[in-house]
Amino acid sequence: MKALFLATCGLMAATTLTMADTPVLTVLTYDSFASDWGPGPVVEKAFEADCGCDLRFVPAGDGAALLSRLRLEGARSEADVVLGLDTNLTAAAKATGLFAPHGVSAALDLPIAWDDATFLPFDWGWFAFVYDKARVTAPPTSIEALADSDLKVVIQDPRSSTPGLGLLMWVKAAYGERSGEIWEKLADNILTVTPGWSESYDLFLKGEADMVLSYTTSPAYHLIAEQDDSKAAAAFDEGHYLQVEVAGVLANAKQPDLARKFMAFVVSEPFQAAIPETNWMYPAKTPAAGLPEGFGTLIQPARSLLFPADEAQAVRDAAVEEWRAALAK
Amino acid sequence: MAIAGLMAAALAVVFLRAGSPRLGAADWAAVRFSASQAAASALASVLLAVPVARALARRRFAGRGLLIAAMGAPFLLPVVVAVLGLLAIFGRAGLVNAGLAALGLPQIGIYGFHGVVLAHVFLNMPLAVRMILHGWQGVPAERVRLAQSLGLGPWGVFRHIEWPMLRGVVPGALLAVFLICLTSFAVVLILGGGPRATTVELAIWQAVRFDFDLSRAAMLASVQFLLCGAAVLLAARWTAPGVLGGGLDRALSLPAPGGWRRVADVVAIGAAGVFLAWPVAMIGVWGLGGLTSLPQAVWAGAATSIALSLVVALLTGLAVVALASAAARAGVLARLAEAAGMLPMAASSLVLGIGLFLMLHPVMAPSRLALPVTALVNTLMALPFALRLVLPAWREAEATQGRLADSLGLTGLGRLRLAILPRVRRPLGMAVGLAAALAMGDLGVITLFASDQGGTLPLQVWRLMGAYRTDQAEAAALLLTVLSFAVFILFDLWGRCGTEA
Repeated sequence: MKALFLATCGLMAATTLTMADTPVLTVLTYDSFASDWGPGPVVEKAFEADCGCDLRFVPAGDGAALLSRLRLEGARSEADVVLGLDTNLTAAAKATGLFAPHGVSAALDLPIAWDDATFLPFDWGWFAFVYDKARVTAPPTSIEALADSDLKVVIQDPRSSTPGLGLLMWVKAAYGERSGEIWEKLADNILTVTPGWSESYDLFLKGEADMVLSYTTSPAYHLIAEQDDSKAAAAFDEGHYLQVEVAGVLANAKQPDLARKFMAFVVSEPFQAAIPETNWMYPAKTPAAGLPEGFGTLIQPARSLLFPADEAQAVRDAAVEEWRAALAK
Repeated sequence: MAIAGLMAAALAVVFLRAGSPRLGAADWAAVRFSASQAAASALASVLLAVPVARALARRRFAGRGLLIAAMGAPFLLPVVVAVLGLLAIFGRAGLVNAGLAALGLPQIGIYGFHGVVLAHVFLNMPLAVRMILHGWQGVPAERVRLAQSLGLGPWGVFRHIEWPMLRGVVPGALLAVFLICLTSFAVVLILGGGPRATTVELAIWQAVRFDFDLSRAAMLASVQFLLCGAAVLLAARWTAPGVLGGGLDRALSLPAPGGWRRVADVVAIGAAGVFLAWPVAMIGVWGLGGLTSLPQAVWAGAATSIALSLVVALLTGLAVVALASAAARAGVLARLAEAAGMLPMAASSLVLGIGLFLMLHPVMAPSRLALPVTALVNTLMALPFALRLVLPAWREAEATQGRLADSLGLTGLGRLRLAILPRVRRPLGMAVGLAAALAMGDLGVITLFASDQGGTLPLQVWRLMGAYRTDQAEAAALLLTVLSFAVFILFDLWGRCGTEA
């Protein structure tokens, strides 16, 4: 313990020495963004090329974990920028009073209008149920049709997973007053609920479930990285709920200038071009070269559903209670 | 004392940050569900473990040592991987249902209360077998001789030797499995089939991450603490003191009766072997293909995890020896030492982590401390098991050898080396091995303290899964399993060498 502690301190001292003359920009983000297989390494290299700084990603769980981390740390957070909250979290994030305006004005390619001075989108995606074309030959065309079918799906727990919460919002946005009834009809289609997305997706890939709650872009991974075109997302008539992932600057940032520079970089070409094939989402601003080829084969929902941040916050607790009551029977 | 202080401080800090707590109906449902599934899992695991341990204790066959060692494997699997392995056998698309379908029989469903119990039995029965087997192996040869010369049949041996031994060992095994299952949440949620299977640990998780209601989290952690405390007290009341007396440490196994008892033993060992090995084999099959193409980051993660697990092994070894030597004496202080050792079991690792986070944050950036804190928390979490394993043998050693050691004036290290260690070596080896292996596989605290210091191996498995890279994730999970198992075997073998296992 002591040895490890000393080693850590030594390492820190060494880091401090070598970095003494270069400012460090600390970005708090979700784990899969910063991992070796996410956009992190590409983004870091591109930004460090001309910022004269060291970009440091601190990975913390998923989007919801970012927010709880931030609340634990409060105004003393070591982070300058937070990257990876989604629209279900931004109202609560704004209410902490820890964020400053991002100051970036850029024309974005989102399927909805976006006007928020605090949070800047860096990518987005539609939630969707993904299936294997060989096993499900006639995919359902709406959530209600899915509830009427005898297909088995795996979803994620809204209390521990951001896509899981997204599905609750989807049902609420599409069916309004009828959402409780839809959940009761869906209950017998839900094979099980997992704590996070990756467990669900693995269960689906193992053939345990017919469909899994994921994104319309999931089939693109199999197509591009594995040359496998057997997966598809079911297009639903009522439209698909959006997940918009955003970045924000902390008011107490130790490197406010670098933080602002980074925010402008977020919607620039090098960052945005890295998104489709590392984060497997749509970039907030389509790169000059367009999207990768495989993305052309994906379904394009006619309608995009999204609650404004305040409304999402307001309906959240009741929606979770409704979901819990319907599934606990 | 330091442990108790640390735990209390962690909980207090979380409470301080919070306001007045309030628990809802859903929280109490979670408490009831946690306790009932943990009790069912503990009963099922231990009931099934007794015949297997007995068969292993009285039969000798080729590969027996290997089988006993391999019993550690399910317990050490990363939880999600273990669940996937079980689903490959019992799931909707699993082998059992494929077989039933081929025979035209109705399908079985694994999702529900029984699925949770099945998974917990799979994960914890081997641990129970090992704990109970230690009991059988601890029966002094002199007793066995006496039974033989008195001409006691299998029933007589059971009544006069095995039953008193089980009375001493089974409550501890029940307690250990109960406590492990009480705080489990990924297994419970996935196999329980949805929100009706919500445990207290998941409710804590929700309170922290979803509602950021720290007071509720601390309140729930306290309820969990009380449940654990009640279980520890119950187990202590049920545990019969050792009545078999001491011996000269010569190994002699119990008589192996023939006839139907022989068949029953073969069935017990065979069934347990198949039940435990099958899902593990599936994990091996999935992972082998990707082993050659593992990315560099996974190997770096493996190195970090090995170092972490060795540090935890060392710390646990030192702490358990210190605690057990205090707890094995009589008196109030001994009780306190035992309670201190059991405390960490009661604390939710999430709440413990948050407490440490809040304490450390004013001093330095928590992201710089991820690894030391992970080592510390893992040592704390491993102590209860270690103490459970080591303490009975330690007390036995003090009871049988203590007076002789006293009369020879043996104290301190000499007493430890000559009188105690030879008799606690086997459980100590297993305990330290378990601590090391569990630390290797831990993915709890490190995510809270998130840092850029480079991830541990379980973190890399999780990241690969999150990046759609299932094949590599499975290979990395296999690597993790093999490494966990290797460190476990390393210490376990140290414990078993020189004693007949």
